Amino acid sequence: MIDLSKKDPDISHYKDIWVFIEQTDGKPAQVSFELLTKARELAAQRGCSVAAVAVGKSVSHLAEKVFKYGAERFYIIEDEIFADYRTEPYRDALCELVIKYKPEVFLVGATTQGRDLSGTVATALRTGLTADTTGQEIDPKTGYLWMTRPTFGGSLMATIYCPKHRPQMSTVRPGVFKAVEIENPKAGEIIREKVDFTEDQIVKKILKKVVSDEGTVNLGFYDVIVAGGKGMGSKENFAMIKELADLLGGTWAGSRMAVQLGYVPQSRQVGQTGQTVHPKLYIACGISGAIQHLVGMQTSDTIIAINTDPEAPIFDVSSYCIVEDAVKFLPKLIEKLKNTQRFGG
Amino acid sequence: MGDIRYDVAIVGAGPAGLSAAIVLAKAGVKVIVIERGRFPGSKNVMGGVFYTDCMKGVVDDFPGKAPVERHIVEQRMWLIDDESYVGFTHKNAKFDNQPYNCHTVFRAQFDKWLAQQATGAGALIINQTVVTEPIMEGDKVVGIRTDRPEGDIMADCVIAADGVNSFIAKSLGFRSNLKKNAVALGVKEIIGLDEKVINDRFNVSGSQGVTIEMTGSLFEGAEAMAFLYTNKKSVSLGVGMIIEDMIEHNINPNELMESLKAHPAISPLIEGGETKEYLAHMIPEGGYNEMPRLFGDGVMIAGDAAMMVNAVHREGSNLAITSGKLAAQTYLEAAEKGDFSADTLSVYADKLQESFVMKDLKKYKELPKLLQKNRHLLDKYPKLINDAAFELLKVDGISKQAKQRSIWKNMKQQIGFTRMLKDLYKIWRTVG
Amino acid sequence: MHILVFVKQVPDASQVRVNYETGTLIREGVPAILNPFEEHAVEEAVRLKDEHGGKVTVLTMGPPQASEALKQCLARGADKAYLLSDRIFAGSDTLATSYALYEGARKIIELEGDVDLFFAGKQAIDGDTAQTGPGIATRFDLPLVTYLIKINEINLEEKYVVATRLTEFGQETVKVPIPVFFTVEESLNVLSHSPLPYLIKAEKAKIELLSGENVNLDKQQCGLKHSPTMVKKAFTPEKRQRGATLSGTLDEVADQIASKIAPFLKKVS
Ligand SMILES: Cc1cc2nc3c(=O)[nH]c(=O)nc-3n(C[C@H](O)[C@H](O)[C@H](O)COP(=O)(O)OP(=O)(O)OC[C@H]3O[C@@H](n4cnc5c(N)ncnc54)[C@H](O)[C@@H]3O)c2cc1C
Ligand SMILES: Cc1cc2nc3c(=O)[nH]c(=O)nc-3n(C[C@H](O)[C@H](O)[C@H](O)COP(=O)(O)OP(=O)(O)OC[C@H]3O[C@@H](n4cnc5c(N)ncnc54)[C@H](O)[C@@H]3O)c2cc1C
Ligand SMILES: Nc1ncnc2c1ncn2[C@@H]1O[C@H](COP(=O)(O)O)[C@@H](O)[C@H]1O
Repeated sequence: MIDLSKKDPDISHYKDIWVFIEQTDGKPAQVSFELLTKARELAAQRGCSVAAVAVGKSVSHLAEKVFKYGAERFYIIEDEIFADYRTEPYRDALCELVIKYKPEVFLVGATTQGRDLSGTVATALRTGLTADTTGQEIDPKTGYLWMTRPTFGGSLMATIYCPKHRPQMSTVRPGVFKAVEIENPKAGEIIREKVDFTEDQIVKKILKKVVSDEGTVNLGFYDVIVAGGKGMGSKENFAMIKELADLLGGTWAGSRMAVQLGYVPQSRQVGQTGQTVHPKLYIACGISGAIQHLVGMQTSDTIIAINTDPEAPIFDVSSYCIVEDAVKFLPKLIEKLKNTQRFGG
Repeated sequence: MGDIRYDVAIVGAGPAGLSAAIVLAKAGVKVIVIERGRFPGSKNVMGGVFYTDCMKGVVDDFPGKAPVERHIVEQRMWLIDDESYVGFTHKNAKFDNQPYNCHTVFRAQFDKWLAQQATGAGALIINQTVVTEPIMEGDKVVGIRTDRPEGDIMADCVIAADGVNSFIAKSLGFRSNLKKNAVALGVKEIIGLDEKVINDRFNVSGSQGVTIEMTGSLFEGAEAMAFLYTNKKSVSLGVGMIIEDMIEHNINPNELMESLKAHPAISPLIEGGETKEYLAHMIPEGGYNEMPRLFGDGVMIAGDAAMMVNAVHREGSNLAITSGKLAAQTYLEAAEKGDFSADTLSVYADKLQESFVMKDLKKYKELPKLLQKNRHLLDKYPKLINDAAFELLKVDGISKQAKQRSIWKNMKQQIGFTRMLKDLYKIWRTVG
Repeated sequence: MHILVFVKQVPDASQVRVNYETGTLIREGVPAILNPFEEHAVEEAVRLKDEHGGKVTVLTMGPPQASEALKQCLARGADKAYLLSDRIFAGSDTLATSYALYEGARKIIELEGDVDLFFAGKQAIDGDTAQTGPGIATRFDLPLVTYLIKINEINLEEKYVVATRLTEFGQETVKVPIPVFFTVEESLNVLSHSPLPYLIKAEKAKIELLSGENVNLDKQQCGLKHSPTMVKKAFTPEKRQRGATLSGTLDEVADQIASKIAPFLKKVS
């Protein structure tokens, strides 16, 4: 672990906004570029610069893209021991960078990896961390970062700041900000660092990695979710749900009732005891909209509900309400969409 | 793990089960209460009127710190028709003297508090556990089985206080399934209002409160009973109807509630209020004639499980508390003899006979039947009486004498003179 | 084997409603429950204890009422429950919470012996931060395994655990030495119906109380005053308005919706 005594206690020495570039096997996560874009805006207000940081076995190839999205510097730590993501070595590498270069703000994507990492980094650095934010703003008076996040399943929003500790850290939900390239990208500065620990000092070993969505789906990963409930009537009818999801480049999910009836695996349940999602488009088919379901999806950008009952509570949160039999409606919709896809509308 | 043994096992942590538990635990008896809800009262979300007197010998300094809402100083009784009512109101300064006669309470809070009294006295309450059957040795009840692994509890005596649907009383063959005409379906709403608004609308102050009991034809001539109770910052509004009648008139509880809320006598009282909770519940209305056997070898039945509900006065929890207390006292006497046979436990029935519980239930025992056999009592009288009041009070140039004559004529036409006399006689015999 | 589970009592988020006029949460009458993820953590701990021997201790930091949540853990089969309760902890953010729990856990180690496995929930359903577990693990400098879905193997002689966790793209199986810190997913196990004797034991059990005085505290790291993050304001998101009800024949409605969602269509390759 890191030596905290080396951390500079004078917060006025900290400056610039850092974005963690998340990658798996060298493939970057989109949220990193969304954050770089947002960081540019914040840096303009704060009058500072934007830097990207990556740790991995091989990450140098990300430099071009990182600069395209507005980073002025790219801090890199490359080593064989970072081949797979592991909490402890990643933490220690990042902490050393932070202690050495003193960023004022450090943003991380609120992904599975980002959430795992940020909690331990923030604690190791003894600074504050605001999780899962959906809004970022610089207070024009103090220059502090205002971080806004939903709590209680989206029922309440809280704006949080971290006045006396540096860096000000937060994780940001994927998909909240748009990734936009800058007009005339310039190659920035690449700063390489080394770590002084070796594989035999790392106690955690990864034995096996399985890439699959069987039994383990991260619904939060998708922009479009098509979900079905008890009203779909049978497991067979979920073929339409899957087909529609596939057409829209999204994934499929269900209510707890649908899970209990065996239409959908538990790993795809949305709601209080399932996953909380906030896709750009959520299509609810034959779902009544019990509060336990709503808390898991009501922050979606656009909600379309199809239900035979005009009074179904799901309509209260829906952008478009369709009072129809979903089993009849979905094939029609799919047919129309396929035509559009083929003939461009 | 070995056998779980208690002196007394109680099924159900409602008022009946908890009062028995308190009395027993205070006497040093080893007692366990099994409740299927998440906590006592969790299935009883709503409010009602709770009478103080029955707490004597259970919690003597009641209400003390108990969570009560308002003490009732005024009771209104209304005979209602679709759009009118004729009422009788009793307000009495004596109701302002301590100890108060009755309070409105929220059952969820009240039952929780009562449960704390029981645990405080040394009873053990186990929640989220369902009793599935009595454990028998021949005809003798020797314990209860629960739905949990290693879930048998052996006991000298079992008190079934498991509410209206008493599974225990049924599985012992003490009673059959509820008859459709002996159970009412009640729906209740809690409607939030400002404390000041309530005080103004009901003309009360401080913790004073009002109850309104209504009966008559609320909805297309179908007989219903309804009530409104004032709480501190809300009113409880409820309406019930015998299930058979609901089926016959093809009414659902929602419609019933909506027409009550729209009734011109009720709507101004609840105007601007926000519905906070909604609940439907069964109320046994069969009264004395539907009561099951009350005891057997090693077992007693108390509260709603024994159909101890006074449909006329909408009392129930006080009968439950009293019967629980009497069952506990019976156990204590039996324990002295070391004998829990039906013979010894029959004292329970005697005690109930001597108490107000049976006296009241007996007094009204023919009422449900009377009402069922003579539909016109509630079908027609409320309307006739309301029409009559309207005619009498309307000033329209017709002399009062002429009005009385025409009302009388109308009544005779509608019901018949001899029939009317008979009805009056019957009602007097049943209720008077 | 000694297993320590960190549990939290939370308001049942599904029953919290919003007062849109005042912009606050209506918490009145909202029941407090044991955070659902911890039900699974305790379940797993008790299973492992049944299989390998040892004991399960649970710890919560919270107000006195939080002992209800501890009782639930005991009813699930935990052996001993500690409540860390002191006004000094009021208003703690996750950094201060993880500090308090770290010191509480150290006290428990002193009283109950070394801990082999630490469990926390993936996240608490009120704050949804998922930071406290990683925070405690960091303070102990323990290997951290988040999103645990399966314990594959425990080897007490050689002191290691093989476990499977969720990742963004699937699962991974890791081998870590004991002691180790896990945060758990609900799919870790299916909750069992506890035997009646557990429930009876839980009702009778004494909750062990720890206050700020009992544990070795650096007051400079406790409570609202020493939490790095501050709440500037809390507000209710704009209430979602019910949108348009689309009318027309099945065909027409399908047309309207198809054009609305066409931008999402996957490009045909
Ligand atoms: C502690 C707890 C936690 C819970 N957690 C969750 C959770 O995480 N997620 C969750 O989803 N639920 C959860 N629930 C359950 C929740 O309360 C509801 O029971 C559940 O969401 C209902 O699922 P549903 O909408 O599919 O079914 P229903 O409520 O039965 O609704 C079916 C709907 O389909 C409509 N319908 C019927 N036929 C058709 C048709 N042909 N075409 C179109 N519409 C049709 C009906 O009008 C109805 O509205 C939880 C409950 C509890 C107590
Ligand atoms: C709408 C309505 C309004 C009322 N208003 C009033 C009023 O104003 N004043 C008044 O005095 N009375 C009123 N009553 C009647 C009163 O509520 C009941 O008479 C009283 O609650 C009876 O108490 P009890 O203990 O017998 O049964 P309950 O309160 O029903 O308790 C039975 C308990 O047993 C539990 N249980 C059942 N089966 C099992 C099992 N197998 N295993 C474990 N646990 C089990 C249940 O969960 C429940 O907690 C009203 C009733 C209704 C429905
Ligand atoms: N006050 C607390 N007492 C004990 N455990 C806690 C407390 N707060 C959080 N935890 C644990 O940390 C996990 C994550 O919580 P959170 O960081 O609030 O999402 C929870 O699931 C608990 O296991």
